[in-house]
Amino acid sequence: MELYRSHVLICGGTGCTSSGSKNIEEVFRAELSKYNLTNEVKLVRTGCFGLCEAGPIVIIYPEGAFYSHVKVKDVTRITEEHLLKGRIVTDLLFKESVVDSKVRSINEVDFYKKQQRVALRNCGVINPEDITEYIAFDGYRALGKVLTELQPEDVIEIVKKSGLRGRGGGGFPTGLKWEFTYRAQGDQKYVACNADEGDPGAFMDRSVLEGDPHAVIEAMAIAGYAVGADQGYIYVRAEYPIAVHRLQIAIDQAKEYGLLGKNIFGTEFSFDLEIRLGAGAFVCGEETALLNSIEGKRGMPRPRPPFPAVKGLWQKPTLLNNVETYANIPQIILKGPEWFAGIGTEKSKGTKVFALGGKINNTGLLEIPMGTTLREVIFEVGGGIPDGKAFKAVQTGGPSGGCITADYLDTPIDYDNLIALGSMMGSGGMIVMDEDNCMVDIARFFLDFTVDESCGKCTPCREGTKRMLEILEKITEGKGTPADIEKLESLANTIKSSSLCGLGQTAPNPVLSTLRYFRNEYDAHVHEKRCPAGVCQALLSYLIIPEACKKCGICANKCPVGCIDGVKGKEAYKIRQEQCIKCGACMEACPFKAIERK
Amino acid sequence: MKSLEELEKIREEALKKVDIRHDREGTRIVVGMATCGISAGARPVLMALVEEVKKRNLKEVVVSQTGCIGVCRLEPIVEVYRPGHEKVTYVEMTVDKAKRVLLEHIVNGNVIDEYTIGAVK
Repeated sequence: MELYRSHVLICGGTGCTSSGSKNIEEVFRAELSKYNLTNEVKLVRTGCFGLCEAGPIVIIYPEGAFYSHVKVKDVTRITEEHLLKGRIVTDLLFKESVVDSKVRSINEVDFYKKQQRVALRNCGVINPEDITEYIAFDGYRALGKVLTELQPEDVIEIVKKSGLRGRGGGGFPTGLKWEFTYRAQGDQKYVACNADEGDPGAFMDRSVLEGDPHAVIEAMAIAGYAVGADQGYIYVRAEYPIAVHRLQIAIDQAKEYGLLGKNIFGTEFSFDLEIRLGAGAFVCGEETALLNSIEGKRGMPRPRPPFPAVKGLWQKPTLLNNVETYANIPQIILKGPEWFAGIGTEKSKGTKVFALGGKINNTGLLEIPMGTTLREVIFEVGGGIPDGKAFKAVQTGGPSGGCITADYLDTPIDYDNLIALGSMMGSGGMIVMDEDNCMVDIARFFLDFTVDESCGKCTPCREGTKRMLEILEKITEGKGTPADIEKLESLANTIKSSSLCGLGQTAPNPVLSTLRYFRNEYDAHVHEKRCPAGVCQALLSYLIIPEACKKCGICANKCPVGCIDGVKGKEAYKIRQEQCIKCGACMEACPFKAIERK
Repeated sequence: MKSLEELEKIREEALKKVDIRHDREGTRIVVGMATCGISAGARPVLMALVEEVKKRNLKEVVVSQTGCIGVCRLEPIVEVYRPGHEKVTYVEMTVDKAKRVLLEHIVNGNVIDEYTIGAVK
């Protein structure tokens, strides 16, 4: 057997790949062979470590040294110093992992301390393109146990008892869904996986597929056994090329090892799996639209009932779960439903993966037990707001969710608490906003997204969201009237109650929740024609403070429309407001900070 | 895949490849691997230790390298850190000596005094 004294784990998630981890891997390979270390040091490309902000990330075991922001030029030093001579290159380590000049291992860093990794347990630990590494970390043991020791009813009972709820956003009890599909009559049944992650800023499912594709495959086979299906489909967007590539490798390897295919573990059970690529439409994350798309039809939703559990793919009973939901299943089988139900809150069990983004220090992927407070997530795991700015709100649930303000930061995160606050769990996107974000503009941004993504089948969503967007644009341009706010509210309520699918029913949420918590900002835009955060361009004006102006004329030179007058050295400069296009170039150029934005 | 036993076999094989990736609380064996150590022959010593640890399936033992320990004339140097024990420094190590240290000290718990720095000084 090959024997390596050291393992170099290089993050191959999408985040780190786009910041150059592939190059780094190549240079490592070259350096290792230069120093004749190829037989001693093993290079492993893993999935996402979670701390994308610090990427590209390289972790070297057995020390567990955590190198962040690794550049190609650093590789030579790491090889020479760390791998050859055994001196950890402290100045290249992730800052937080060096305390009192003592090097801490990755698991002791604040970002990881509060986390509990169930769905992400193998991400950043194993090589996702090597099935034996997954097997080494207990992979496919759950499937073996299910097939050889349990009846389908037992499996469903375990999932029900665990309290697992759908991680795609809805939060429907997973065990019940399995039971409905199991009970449904049909000569053929299907299992499907929703990997059509569409919320802006969300990348939980992508990371699971990239980092631990076998967990999803194993869980789908277990689900197939439980509900009586022998064919599965994973619906994943073509915009996730790395995830698709690794998933395909994983499926091929599983087939080669006989973990997919006929008579798995020598039993009667057979199961096969195929990938279906989506074109990246947001609506295809809606279950009925997704099933249509798998069938090769246009991705549009249809009314429910019948639910997919009764009539799904090709009118046959179909079980559809989200990637993260599946990723929990093997662990629940192996460790028992009691273990899983022991994590989390009364009604929300287990852990949840979040993609943390926006105005936050540790942008990245994290998994926390349900019931962790928003404050812990944002200020401890997330490391707080950059540049000493004040926290304003956190947006959860993407375009279907809403904002939560500082007053509610101590709310324990679970499905029901977030809904009570007018937001929702969603698939797990979490976007942090600081004092510089305009909440009206945020609402406009999300509406702009849903208008684009509306499939156009039902009128409330197709026409209503468009009208709402127009009103929001009017308000951000300073042309809003008090009646517009009322109109927004009534439109929002109509769209919510009369749209065909979840996309339309939740599209007004960003508007409703910002109206609920930031009514004053709407009022400022409408009544005072003022944007308190200084974001909405049409409502800003740039002014030169005469006392501070040193009459240097730099601003006048920079102004692209020539609307700044004055005499160099003699007369303070002034901006002609009518012509000003509010580009802000003068403010940036002024060396004396004599220009203010109001 | 025909049976659970088959899976277990693959798992055990594969586990040996990846079990380096854990935080461990147990013994740390550190080999000085600066220029002085390497030129005095620390690399084969290190590899011998790694191999022995694997062979004996010592899960709680980490073999790691470090920089110059400071007494270059006595390289290769191997230091053993055990929780609750004084650090032991072995000097002028060879592959055979390293294997003996692993067996007598790490496995059986008896420090080999004659190899330690105190005996040479």
